[in-house]
Amino acid sequence: MTGKLVVIGAGMASGRALEHILETRAGDWEITLFNAEPRGNYNRLMLSPVLSGERTYEEIVTHGDAWYRRNGITCRFGERVTAIDRERRIVVGERGEVPYDKLILGTGSDPFIPPLAGNDLDGVISYRDLEDTNRMIRAAASPEARAVVIGGGLLGLEAAAGMRMRGMEVTVVHIMGHLMERQLDESAAYLLQKALSERGIRILCSARSEEILGSDGRVRALRLDDGTELACDLLVMAAGIRPNTSLASAAGLEVNRGVVVDDHMVTSDPDILALGECVEHDGAVFGLVAPLYDQAHVVAATLADESRRFVRKDVAAKLKVTGCDLYSAGDFAAGEGREEIVFRDPGRGVYKRLVLSDSRIIGIVLYGDTADGPWFHRLMKDRADISGVRETVIFGPAHQAGMAGDPLAAIAALPPEAEICGCNGVCKGDVVSAIKSGAGTIPLIRTATKASASCGSCTGLVEKLLKSSLGDVYAAEKETMCACTPLTHEDVRRLIVSRGLKSMPAVMQECGWKTSCGCSSCRPALNFYLLAAWPLEYQDDPQSRFVNERNHANIQKDGTYSVVPRMWGGITTPAELRAIADAAETYGVSMVKVTGGQRIDLLGVEKADLPRIWADLNAAGLVSGHAYSKGLRTVKTCVGSEFCRFGTQDSTGLGIKLEKLLWGSWTPHKVKLAVSGCPRNCAEATCKDIGIICVDSGYEIGVAGAAGMELKETEPLAKVATEAEALEIAAAFVQLYRENARYLYRPYKWVGKVGLDWVRTKVVEDTASRKALAERFEISQSVYRKDPWAEHTAEETRERWDVMTDLTQETEA
Amino acid sequence: MSAWTDVGKLGDIPVRGARIVRTAQGCIAVFRTLEGQVFALDDRCPHKGGPLSEGIVHGQSVSCPLHNLAVDLASGATADGTVPTYPAKIDGGRVFLDVGRSVAPAER
Ligand code: SRM
Ligand SMILES: Cc1cc2nc3c(=O)[nH]c(=O)nc-3n(C[C@H](O)[C@H](O)[C@H](O)COP(=O)(O)OP(=O)(O)OC[C@H]3O[C@@H](n4cnc5c(N)ncnc54)[C@H](O)[C@@H]3O)c2cc1C
Ligand code: SF4
Ligand code: FES
Repeated sequence: MTGKLVVIGAGMASGRALEHILETRAGDWEITLFNAEPRGNYNRLMLSPVLSGERTYEEIVTHGDAWYRRNGITCRFGERVTAIDRERRIVVGERGEVPYDKLILGTGSDPFIPPLAGNDLDGVISYRDLEDTNRMIRAAASPEARAVVIGGGLLGLEAAAGMRMRGMEVTVVHIMGHLMERQLDESAAYLLQKALSERGIRILCSARSEEILGSDGRVRALRLDDGTELACDLLVMAAGIRPNTSLASAAGLEVNRGVVVDDHMVTSDPDILALGECVEHDGAVFGLVAPLYDQAHVVAATLADESRRFVRKDVAAKLKVTGCDLYSAGDFAAGEGREEIVFRDPGRGVYKRLVLSDSRIIGIVLYGDTADGPWFHRLMKDRADISGVRETVIFGPAHQAGMAGDPLAAIAALPPEAEICGCNGVCKGDVVSAIKSGAGTIPLIRTATKASASCGSCTGLVEKLLKSSLGDVYAAEKETMCACTPLTHEDVRRLIVSRGLKSMPAVMQECGWKTSCGCSSCRPALNFYLLAAWPLEYQDDPQSRFVNERNHANIQKDGTYSVVPRMWGGITTPAELRAIADAAETYGVSMVKVTGGQRIDLLGVEKADLPRIWADLNAAGLVSGHAYSKGLRTVKTCVGSEFCRFGTQDSTGLGIKLEKLLWGSWTPHKVKLAVSGCPRNCAEATCKDIGIICVDSGYEIGVAGAAGMELKETEPLAKVATEAEALEIAAAFVQLYRENARYLYRPYKWVGKVGLDWVRTKVVEDTASRKALAERFEISQSVYRKDPWAEHTAEETRERWDVMTDLTQETEA
Repeated sequence: MSAWTDVGKLGDIPVRGARIVRTAQGCIAVFRTLEGQVFALDDRCPHKGGPLSEGIVHGQSVSCPLHNLAVDLASGATADGTVPTYPAKIDGGRVFLDVGRSVAPAER
């Protein structure tokens, strides 16, 4: 089947369906995608980490503009579909009609708004999309802001925890006797409530809301039926969801609670399919993504005229609040003929309960230690008879294998069919084989298997699998920043941006540093992360820099320094050489050396002489070559078309332009470039962080080369026709590297982690993203594109470079 | 018997940094911590002689700029031998050292 395919709603379910449709029958369909939200598909589940500040919106986009463009999808984002005309086979959008041959409904669900007086006041919101999330983030920005959340289920608690992490005073009002009653029993809910209360979230159970009070049209408080008034600036309704069926009903499709579909996800109209939270299948409606992904498979198969049926599976629920691990699946109500196995460890706050019927697990509730959840779940789904291991089953698979207590052993003991990622139905065997075929990091595993790509709560398990499969190789990768913090570099970078931390004390306070002022390994990294995040606001801290960067010269083994002035693109003049020769004599340098970076090194300068030699070199127009910095080092060039009989472009000129563009910028590690005038490559551009080879038709830009402790050829990033594009891509690449890479990772290491495809999307394909990166680079360069030497040459400050006091006279006397 | 020598203004030493006092016996590094204490040690790392005054100061330690050996500022202790220390004090915004009284590693 081919023709016009229209999709309504760019959500989690339809996004996955589009992927499968393109995989199976790419090119067959002319696809139009409507979305009421003014953007494409992002990972809705991850709104909670965005709210809490642990992720940024950018990081949770699953399909960027470039993806839609590459796949030829016509996007009508920010446009709601108002009607479906089945007679004319036309979809009516707010800005015009589109005909269809096949139509997919993926309109999701609407938040249920309890019929309380005042629920239309300004400041009453639900928790469904990015707008709601941003609304909460903005509210949290005002000091002493207060929020009330109605609903103590998954969504309500994630909203509450997120706002609390941003410093708001939060109260959760829950109508039932305990939190998350659909997923937890009382004991687990007690532990959860305790943990949330310890974070300062106030929780009222068995509390009935009566009226929302306002003043001047804005919410002011929530009144409960016992008269209690809870003052608030924001009221979040998280009282449940209802399938969004209005379009379908209006179009006369069969609708019950949801849009009724058959096993092939077809509605009562054979040309209209539906999936996601808007549907009802065999009497059931949906609220978690795992079954929706199965539906997405079925939709793609149905459109390709393949027969595949949707079979409902039982799904486990998890709460994405960092530090509150819970896992729940199946039916855990106590009852006639049911037995239970309970394990409690009050010291560690661990509670585990299995509900059995007829020697088979039918319900699981875990709190505090959820590592064995997938194993229990597997036993449950397999309807395994556990009478043989009844005494020990609660201790998990590691115990069965005689390896209790070691979390890695527990993972190793899982059978290959054990489910790791519940959302995407990925089992251990899939992940292990992905690791074996080279997926050595979480992002690579996400791409290969989709494990941990949705709600993210299995990331810990995937990590353990990486550790148990790769051993020390992986352990080294996943290190925390240093002994001062349990956070990784990535965590800290994210928190600096999302929580607006603009000074080192702020980071150490808010992220719970265990030391008063960090250590020699985290301070330089934090200093870089802060100046990269806040170029206009953050003041560089020299005391957090390694000696070379603090003193703008390379320290030698005898405590003297080497001084390397910049020679733009490796070009110098007789006057510059004369000034260098004079300086060498005046300050008695021990050696004058031509470096491997096409410039001249003056070795053996005393620290006290540094300001003087710099002043002399400055006077001749020479500036710091940053031979010491985690920043731009050199741009090597060859003579190029100006002189060489083979040269195709002005490689020297482009090299100088690149060096003038990039110099002075601080980066996670050093950055070296080269430009060769033709593929003979005399400037050795194919082993640089960025290397450009000129050809007749333009410039071939390669990145992520290495020629130090590792040797690696550059990978092709882009081919462009003009110098201007080459310059913009270089700036965008450097900025993306500055914003993302871990401190002390050279570009090749970072690209190895995030993947060249992602980098290419950001700096080449998505032109808006490229421009934005280049602009942010320029903002930072407006501060840092300057000669650091010149700042230290003034007569008055020179004595700071000398000893504080000379007592040699006195002690001799 | 102590003989305190005025070696300069506290304000001339950067917080979490150091300055050098040159003596006939060698250079002494005078450190100033975030908490406002001063410490004086020989400016020579026991490993390969690195100038400790150029290291990163954190808490009551400095990490040698050459190969990152951590030195305890109060005792001079490291994982690779001990650095001689000198009594140091602040008085009226000035720093005083007792340079004649090096607490050599042998004495502890
Ligand atoms: C001066 C120079 C050697 C020379 O005489 O030619 C040099 C000298 C040093 N290099 Fe280098 N590198 C020099 C070119 C290179 C090159 C060649 C190049 O740039 O084309 C490389 C390989 C290319 C590369 O970087 O990938 C190179 C790879 C390294 C590495 C390994 C980096 C890596 O990622 O594997 C280090 C160690 C580090 O940075 O962590 C290093 C570190 C050093 C340091 C800074 C060691 C240190 O931290 O004190 C050396 C300072 C010596 C001193 O006492 O002043 N140097 N170094 C070269 C200066 C070039 C310039 O003009 O700025
Ligand atoms: C904060 C939050 C956290 C969650 N966490 C988890 C979790 O941890 N695990 C889990 O399994 N599930 C979680 N969920 C649930 C999960 O996000 C949903 O099950 C899933 O998004 C539903 O997918 P969908 O495609 O059906 O609908 P959606 O993802 O909601 O997409 C529907 C889209 O259709 C658009 N639309 C609706 N009507 C129209 C129209 N008339 N015209 C044009 N566009 C329209 C909407 O704007 C929306 O963008 C969470 C949900 C939220 C809100
Ligand atoms: S290769 Fe580089 S780091 Fe090694 S001794 Fe030579 S200059 Fe120093
Ligand atoms: S000289 Fe100090 S650590 Fe090597």
